[in-house]
Amino acid sequence: MKEEVVMETEQSIGSAFKQGSLAGMPIFLGYMPIAIAYGVLASQSGLTIFETTMMSVLVFAGAAQFMAANMMAQGALFLQIVVATFVLNFRHFIMSMSFMNQLRHYSLPWKFGLSLGLTDETFAVSALHKKEANKENSMFFYLALILTAYFSWIAGSFAGALLGEIIPSQLSDSMGIALYAMFIGLLTPSVKKEWRIGVVAVISMLLNYIFSEYIGLETGWSIVLATVVGSLIAIPMMKEDDVQ
Amino acid sequence: MTMLTILGMAIVTMVPRFIPAFIMDRLALKPWINKWLNAIPFAALGALIFPGVMSVIEEAPWVGIIGGLVAAAIALLNLNVIFSVIGAIVTVFLLTM
Repeated sequence: MKEEVVMETEQSIGSAFKQGSLAGMPIFLGYMPIAIAYGVLASQSGLTIFETTMMSVLVFAGAAQFMAANMMAQGALFLQIVVATFVLNFRHFIMSMSFMNQLRHYSLPWKFGLSLGLTDETFAVSALHKKEANKENSMFFYLALILTAYFSWIAGSFAGALLGEIIPSQLSDSMGIALYAMFIGLLTPSVKKEWRIGVVAVISMLLNYIFSEYIGLETGWSIVLATVVGSLIAIPMMKEDDVQ
Repeated sequence: MTMLTILGMAIVTMVPRFIPAFIMDRLALKPWINKWLNAIPFAALGALIFPGVMSVIEEAPWVGIIGGLVAAAIALLNLNVIFSVIGAIVTVFLLTM
């Protein structure tokens, strides 16, 4: 195995942190409406403001929190909710493998800490800022990116729980598109630069559609399987060191 | 009981997130594995977008599709992701009025 030579570009901690927060701004804005909508739903499901906010602090996973709030409202049992959360969030394992490979020269405490902040969105934005990892103090770039997203998620949930019914339902319905729009907005520039990336994405879209609609897999497993199979099919199409 | 459920959710979410932090540097990376790991973000984005985007308005799948197309069109203009998000929200809001 060849030893990897990492060329570090000089960068201060402060400037890495600032760049990271800027890179996290789209997530900040995208999370805010979703988090507010979650806060409203959770408090309508009977969670207290404290519980609603603590779920965001401790779980930090949007789709799973919506699902859990719904299940709690329907009186689901502890084990049902925990198992459903595991299934829905298992995709982060696959994403974390890719993210930790990007950060493989970091120390274990840094890798451990950053892995805890991995969501669909922080992963996607970090993966699109792959070259940052070779700069000096780059861990602060990823840390700031994650903290920006984390802060928005918690503050939004708290605000939603507090505001409750004030927000008209048509507006909160419209905000359901926000995260999809973010995923699309993140993917499109890469596809514009490199059409093969678009092929990879479309293949895994179709796989996910087949797995969920025709084979009837649960959403969580379907996304995991589509991501794994889609990225394996993509191997011959990727260049050794694909530019992000 | 609610707090206990939240703690349970936190644990089963956290563990899959951090396990790769301990195992990835032990894998000797063949070139094909590297290519596979590099493809994961794009495959994941694809799977996250579709067919989920059709469920934004449960009874009208096309509303989500149109919102998504607006987001893509805005991104093609090299504008920041933030504008894709805002454009899509406005589109869905107008379509459901």
